Amino acid sequence: MTDIIQKVKNLSIGFRSKKGDEILILKNISTNIKKGETVGIVGESGSGKSTLALAMMGYVKHGLYTIGGECQFNSLNLLKMKSKDLEKIRGRKIAMIPQNAGQALTPNLKIGYQIDEALQLHSDLDEKEREKKISELLNKVRLPSPETIALRYPHELSGGQQQRVAVAMALAGTPDLLLLDEPTTGLDVTTQAHVLELLNFIAKDTGTSMVYVSHDLGAIAQVSDRIIVMYSGEIVLEGPSRDILKRPIHPYTHGLLKSIPKLSLAGLPESMPGSQPQPGTIQSGCSFFDRCNFSDDNCKNNSPQLEFLKDLNTSVRCFNYEKLVNESQASQTINKIKNKSQDKEILNLSEVSISYAKQKLLDQIFNRISDDNPTVKDININIKKGETIALVGESGSGKSTILKSIAGLLRTKDGLIRFDENRNLSSDLKERDPNDLRIIQLIFQNPDESLNPNHTVEEIIAQPLKLYFGLKGEELKKNIIDLLQKVRLGEFYTSRYPRQLSGGEKQRVAVARAFAAKPDIILCDEVTSALDVSVQAAVLNLLQQLKEDFGTTYIFVSHDLAVVRAISDRVAVLYQGRLCEVGPSNDVYKFPSHPYTEVLLGAVLEPDPDIKPKLVAEDIVEERPPEKGCSFQGRCSRIIGDICKKEIPPWQLTDSGNAIRCHIPIKELQKEQF
Amino acid sequence: MKLDSIYKEEKKSAFAKLSEIIITMASRPSGLIGLSILVFHIILAFISPYIAPHDFKAIDPTLMLQAPSAQYWFGTDDLGRDVFTRTILGGRTALTITFFGSLIALLWGGLLGIFCGLVGGKIDDVVMRIVDAFLSIPWILAMLLIVSLLGTSTEVLIPALGFFYGKGIVRVARAATHDVIAKDFIVSARARGHSNFSIIWNEIIPNVRDAILVEGAMRWSWMLLGFSSLSFLGFGVSPPTPDWGLMISNARGLMSFAYWAVIAPIVGLSSLIIGINLTADAFAKALGIDRSTKAPV
Ligand SMILES: Nc1ncnc2c1ncn2[C@@H]1O[C@H](COP(=O)(O)OP(=O)(O)OP(=O)(O)O)[C@@H](O)[C@H]1O
Ligand code: SF4
Ligand code: SF4
Ligand SMILES: [Mg+2]
Repeated sequence: MTDIIQKVKNLSIGFRSKKGDEILILKNISTNIKKGETVGIVGESGSGKSTLALAMMGYVKHGLYTIGGECQFNSLNLLKMKSKDLEKIRGRKIAMIPQNAGQALTPNLKIGYQIDEALQLHSDLDEKEREKKISELLNKVRLPSPETIALRYPHELSGGQQQRVAVAMALAGTPDLLLLDEPTTGLDVTTQAHVLELLNFIAKDTGTSMVYVSHDLGAIAQVSDRIIVMYSGEIVLEGPSRDILKRPIHPYTHGLLKSIPKLSLAGLPESMPGSQPQPGTIQSGCSFFDRCNFSDDNCKNNSPQLEFLKDLNTSVRCFNYEKLVNESQASQTINKIKNKSQDKEILNLSEVSISYAKQKLLDQIFNRISDDNPTVKDININIKKGETIALVGESGSGKSTILKSIAGLLRTKDGLIRFDENRNLSSDLKERDPNDLRIIQLIFQNPDESLNPNHTVEEIIAQPLKLYFGLKGEELKKNIIDLLQKVRLGEFYTSRYPRQLSGGEKQRVAVARAFAAKPDIILCDEVTSALDVSVQAAVLNLLQQLKEDFGTTYIFVSHDLAVVRAISDRVAVLYQGRLCEVGPSNDVYKFPSHPYTEVLLGAVLEPDPDIKPKLVAEDIVEERPPEKGCSFQGRCSRIIGDICKKEIPPWQLTDSGNAIRCHIPIKELQKEQF
Repeated sequence: MKLDSIYKEEKKSAFAKLSEIIITMASRPSGLIGLSILVFHIILAFISPYIAPHDFKAIDPTLMLQAPSAQYWFGTDDLGRDVFTRTILGGRTALTITFFGSLIALLWGGLLGIFCGLVGGKIDDVVMRIVDAFLSIPWILAMLLIVSLLGTSTEVLIPALGFFYGKGIVRVARAATHDVIAKDFIVSARARGHSNFSIIWNEIIPNVRDAILVEGAMRWSWMLLGFSSLSFLGFGVSPPTPDWGLMISNARGLMSFAYWAVIAPIVGLSSLIIGINLTADAFAKALGIDRSTKAPV
């Protein structure tokens, strides 16, 4: 067959442990990439997906080695080639866009120069032709006015634009195969949707084959013709994109799809128990055995082989796939949220403004903050006891900033933060008494950074217990174990260090530490975005369970609208530090909504081939909020003229009690744009 | 699940941790060589007074500049003293003074660095300017000034050396603190309302300790070289106490016909410096610190 461009045959890659055992990262992988095809490789962290993608360009990471098999590109085995010959292929025939490629651009060289370098390296064009090619490439990745972009430095571009430049550089050698490793991870929701759309366009336009590696099935669903699902170093499912997403016949994929929150469904998705085994820990049987809902004794002792099912055009590694053939994804069960949110107010923000501006000497002396156009302005939110309120918005919209002020970590410029209807909380730590500090606890995005690597789990959870309740000895120990059990970790975790825990386990420890203080309010800053999807649902479920047990109030910050939909009772949408819309989540997710909410909702990537993102506004990044008028005027596609630029829009209430801040009357907003 | 143990460790005692680090260090050839040399020198420093074959200060004009022989293994010097005896004794003073000097350097450099990293802002700027200003003074001139004013006693040399070699540690400690302080676990501790002392002691020091210790070990070898230079110039150890720097300086002029008197102390000094250097490097690797990213000198 000539239309196969990359042939991976029985590929095994591994490393040697300190004890000398051979540990496999990839186990006997075989697959073909066809000409013009986009293949998505999906799997959680540690499943070997990046190792496989790198092997496809003949690269094996330091410390790993090829145990067997080959990667054939145009009938050359890349893994056996000399590095001099590989250089001729890499960048020219096979190009790669690594994660954060945009941020990896050399900061002190102009964009045009960097693309020119790539062209010199990977093509035989002369100077005139290269000059033409540069603007051609910039055009192709749809950067506005290529001539001026070429003269700019990377930091003068937004994250999405940087990523486009990275794509342009990868296309410099007109590759036959483009490898993309998490090319949109870390980008903003809206930017992500735009970059994916660009990739789709390029695949069609140039006929380049693409291998798209990601942990995000939502992104994979938007670009791939075919999907390979990896688990623990093996391919467990491979087939046409639509079939995999609509009828996942492997239990892992089935569970994975169920655990992803969807925009259309309110309530928490079902969680998958456990986590992926570490490489080298499986001895016999199916590697998915201890997380599988369809397993039997056979699975425990025998390893299933990848089996090609002709009528489904799918390969699956499971003994019991037949049980799943008839079950469709639609049977997603949702744990409905039953919140006993009371009418009692627990926290009230009124007219809160926060500024990062460097203060002038005079202001410093008088200990005041002056800034006409602060980062966050006029935030009014009334939070009820026991509810979960979510703050959503793109990166830089001020979500974390607001949380910091609530926690007392950042002084507000103006406004009041009131607790429990009558207690004013200072936004300055030093002015809060210990009890004020205890009642509000924080959980962070990245559990790697939020746990001290030099403390054991026991020491970590002991901190608030000692600090606030002065617990010691037996009682302390008892409380720690109690908390560990509440977050579904056993007693034997006490003496572990964070590096010995998986991401989900670390986040559970962070949750336990927050609850140890017996707080009234917990601030959750992107608490699931660093976790694997299969683990995310479990952490969300845990948070929900704890909240029901303790009556805690959550302020939940996230950029992921589907996650927000799943967990929150109320949503506040922020743009450039200004509120756009506040209301019950059911209503915010329905029309009518604020034009910015529409943009956000349109950009959500769902793991469904039938739901395409709707790109309403450009993915421009604005540095500062506008001085006057509506905060969203710069990107609004429904802007109605001067009034938006001059006057701050009024709050309007919909019938269901949803507040929208826009000059367009609610009735008008109701008319859908699409 | 046989291999499970790879990923699970138990909490270890300080002693167990230390022995594990030493084993890791010794598992590399360079680390093993470094450790062996260092241990050899330390043991030698302790036992040399008891095993020295001759009296180190016995002057005998009849034995001047004798070539190595069965009785005087490394020959004799210009005053007829046994070079072997003086060589094995010659590292004791240098080792002791620089060891305590390094401890002082670690202490003040580490603490000031952590302080600067913590407070940041203007205070940090000013302190680092001052430290930089000191860094730019040729240290040997400053040392000469100090010893000529205050003398060359141990009580002067240890703090003076400790002071000059602590400057580099300030930079490392400050950079390490800067890195740690931005982490969320510090924010989390602050938000809980822990005292500054508790945050420094529990959250920061455990995370910057390793980098500071490694830097201290490295400084030790430099300090040794510096101290020997002082001795060489006649400002370190005073005669007749045997000292490598001093011995090299005395025997230097006679090198063309009595090479033995100068080679032995040179080998002694350089092997100790190399030993400490290799050990410090292996120490850094065992702790997982990449020294190549650290600023030089
Ligand atoms: N320490 C700081 N000094 C100056 N400006 C800051 C600082 N921290 C944040 N900002 C600015 O304040 C604005 C709001 O930032 P914030 O971190 O609150 O956003 P966010 O909504 O949490 O974004 P993300 O989704 O990326 O976490 C941004 O424009 C950001 O650049
Ligand atoms: S083989 Fe058994 S354990 Fe493995 S996925 Fe299939 S049903 Fe589950
Ligand atoms: S006020 Fe104007 S600019 Fe702002 S969201 Fe409404 S229509 Fe758009
Ligand atoms: Mg944030």
